Amino acid sequence: MQKQPLEFTVNGRRRQLLVAPYYSLLDTLRDEMQLTGTKKGCDEGDCGACTVILDGKPVTSCLVLAHSARDAEITTVEGLASPDGLHAVQQAFIEKGGLQCGYCTPGLIMAAVGFLQDNPVPSEEDVKFAIGGNLCRCTGYTKVIEAIMLAAETMREQNS
Amino acid sequence: MLRFDYLEARNLRQAISLLQRHGEDARLVAGSTDFLVRWRQGFWRPSCVVNIKGISSLRRITYSARNGLNLGALATVQAIELDPRIRRYYEALATGATSFAGVQVRNLATVGGNVCNASPAGDTLPALLAFDAQCNIAGPEGARTLPLTEFFRGPGRTALSTGEVLTGLKLPPPQPRTGSLYIKHSPRGAMDIATVGVASVLTLEDDGRTCKDARIALGAVGPVPFRASAAEAVLKGKEVTADLLAEAANEARNQATPIDDVRGSADYRKEMVEALTNRTLQYAFRMARGERLSFEEQRRLAVQTAF
Ligand SMILES: Cc1cc2nc3c(=O)[nH]c(=O)nc-3n(C[C@H](O)[C@H](O)[C@H](O)COP(=O)(O)OP(=O)(O)OC[C@H]3O[C@@H](n4cnc5c(N)ncnc54)[C@H](O)[C@@H]3O)c2cc1C
Ligand code: FES
Ligand code: FES
Repeated sequence: MQKQPLEFTVNGRRRQLLVAPYYSLLDTLRDEMQLTGTKKGCDEGDCGACTVILDGKPVTSCLVLAHSARDAEITTVEGLASPDGLHAVQQAFIEKGGLQCGYCTPGLIMAAVGFLQDNPVPSEEDVKFAIGGNLCRCTGYTKVIEAIMLAAETMREQNS
Repeated sequence: MLRFDYLEARNLRQAISLLQRHGEDARLVAGSTDFLVRWRQGFWRPSCVVNIKGISSLRRITYSARNGLNLGALATVQAIELDPRIRRYYEALATGATSFAGVQVRNLATVGGNVCNASPAGDTLPALLAFDAQCNIAGPEGARTLPLTEFFRGPGRTALSTGEVLTGLKLPPPQPRTGSLYIKHSPRGAMDIATVGVASVLTLEDDGRTCKDARIALGAVGPVPFRASAAEAVLKGKEVTADLLAEAANEARNQATPIDDVRGSADYRKEMVEALTNRTLQYAFRMARGERLSFEEQRRLAVQTAF
C-alpha cells in the first residue's frame, strides 16, 4: 500500500504530494502538509472541527478520502486571511468573543464562511441550522451566532 | 493499522468489472461517510475500495411532470434538500434531506449510499418508499429495476449481488392534490440518528375531502424501513376527518415492531409512531388542499426533539 501521487489546490496553491491510499483529507492536510489549523475532534464526522471548503462546499475532511479530492480546490482556515488582514468572519469571532479554548473555532469559521457565501442575508435560525454540525463545548453558541451575524453584516458592507 | 488500496472507476462499466474482479475484498464507496466510520471502527475491512464518486452521469437529478423524478445514485443529500422541484413536488423527500446530519455531511453523503447502507433509520428512506421509488441497478448481467420495497433485506442488507451498483432511483410523477411530509424524531435537533421517522403522502379526490391514495412509511421501528399498508388501507376512499387520521395513525402503531435501545424503548417508539403518523398526515392533508409550507416551516417541522 504505497503512497500514491495526488494533486490538488490548497489555499490557492497547486500542490503535488504522495499520500497513502487510505488517508483522509484531514490527515493529509495535518500530517503531510503541516496545515494543522484544521482540527481533529472525533474522526467520525460528528464534531465539525475538521471542516474545510471543498470545491465551494463545507465538508468534514475526516470523512473525505484524500484521493477522492484529486484536482479539487480546498480552502482551510489558513487560507482565509489576506495581506490586508483577517477575514471578516475571523475578525467577528474576535470582536464578539465567539471562542474560548478555540479548538472548534477553525471548523466553525469554515462552516460560517461556506454558509455566508450562499446566504449573505441570514436569519438567526438560518445560522443555527448552518452550524448544526459543529460542536462547541465552551461558548454555549450564543456568541458564535452573534459573530456570524456580525460577519454577515460586515461582508455585505464590504461587497456593496 | 487497517489499510486498503484505492481504486477509482471512471465509468459504470469499469466500476462493475473492478467490483467483480475483487469480489468480497472490495468495497464500493460513494460519499464515504458511512464507509470511513465503519472502517475506522473495524467493522468493514476491505483490501481495496472502488470509488465511484467521479462518475458524473450518476450525479444528475432530473424532473418532468410526465416522467417524474430521477435521482442519480450520486446525488448528494444537500442537492436533494436544495432542489426547488423536490421541495415543491416531493416535500417529504426534501424534509428527509433537511433532517439529515449537518451540512458538512449532507454535502458528502449520497442518496445511493443512504439506500445501500440500508439502515432502518436512514432519513431519506421513508420518503423514497412512500413515493413508490424504483431502484435502477446495473451489474455484470446487465441492468434491472426493483421496487425499493423489495430492496431492503435486513439491517445493512440489500438485494444487490456482487458486482452490482445502484445507479439511481425513479419516483413517479406527483399526483394532483397531493401533500407530503417527513418528520424525524430524535434526542438532539441536529446530528442524531432517528428514534422514529415517518413519511406520509396523501392524495385527495377532486372534491378536496376524500382520500384517493395514502402512502405511509416508517423508519427505525423494524429491521428495515417499511410501508404501513394497513394504515394506508384505513384511509383509502374515505372522507378525511380528524377521527379517520387518528384511526390510521393507530393502525401504523400496530404495524411497528421496534426494539429497545439508547434512543428509546419499544413502547415509546410505538407511541411516537402514532403521534408522528397523525401529525404528518395532518400536514399532508393541508398541503393536498393547496396550502404551501414555507421552507422555514418545513425545516422547523422536519426534526422534532425529545427535549
Ligand atoms: C456524522 C454522521 C452523521 C450522519 N447522519 C445521518 C442522518 O442524519 N441520517 C441518515 O440517514 N444517515 C446519516 N449518516 C449516515 C450516512 O451519512 C448516510 O447513510 C449516507 O447517505 C451514506 O452515503 P455515502 O455516499 O457517504 O455512502 P458510502 O459511505 O460511500 O457507502 C455506504 C454503503 O453503501 C454502499 N454504496 C454506496 N453507494 C452505492 C451504490 N451506488 N451502489 C451500490 N452500493 C453503494 C457502499 O458500498 C457502502 O456499503 C451519518 C453519517 C455520519 C458519519
Ligand atoms: S474530526 Fe471530523 S467531524 Fe470531528
Ligand atoms: S471554544 Fe472551546 S470548544 Fe468551542
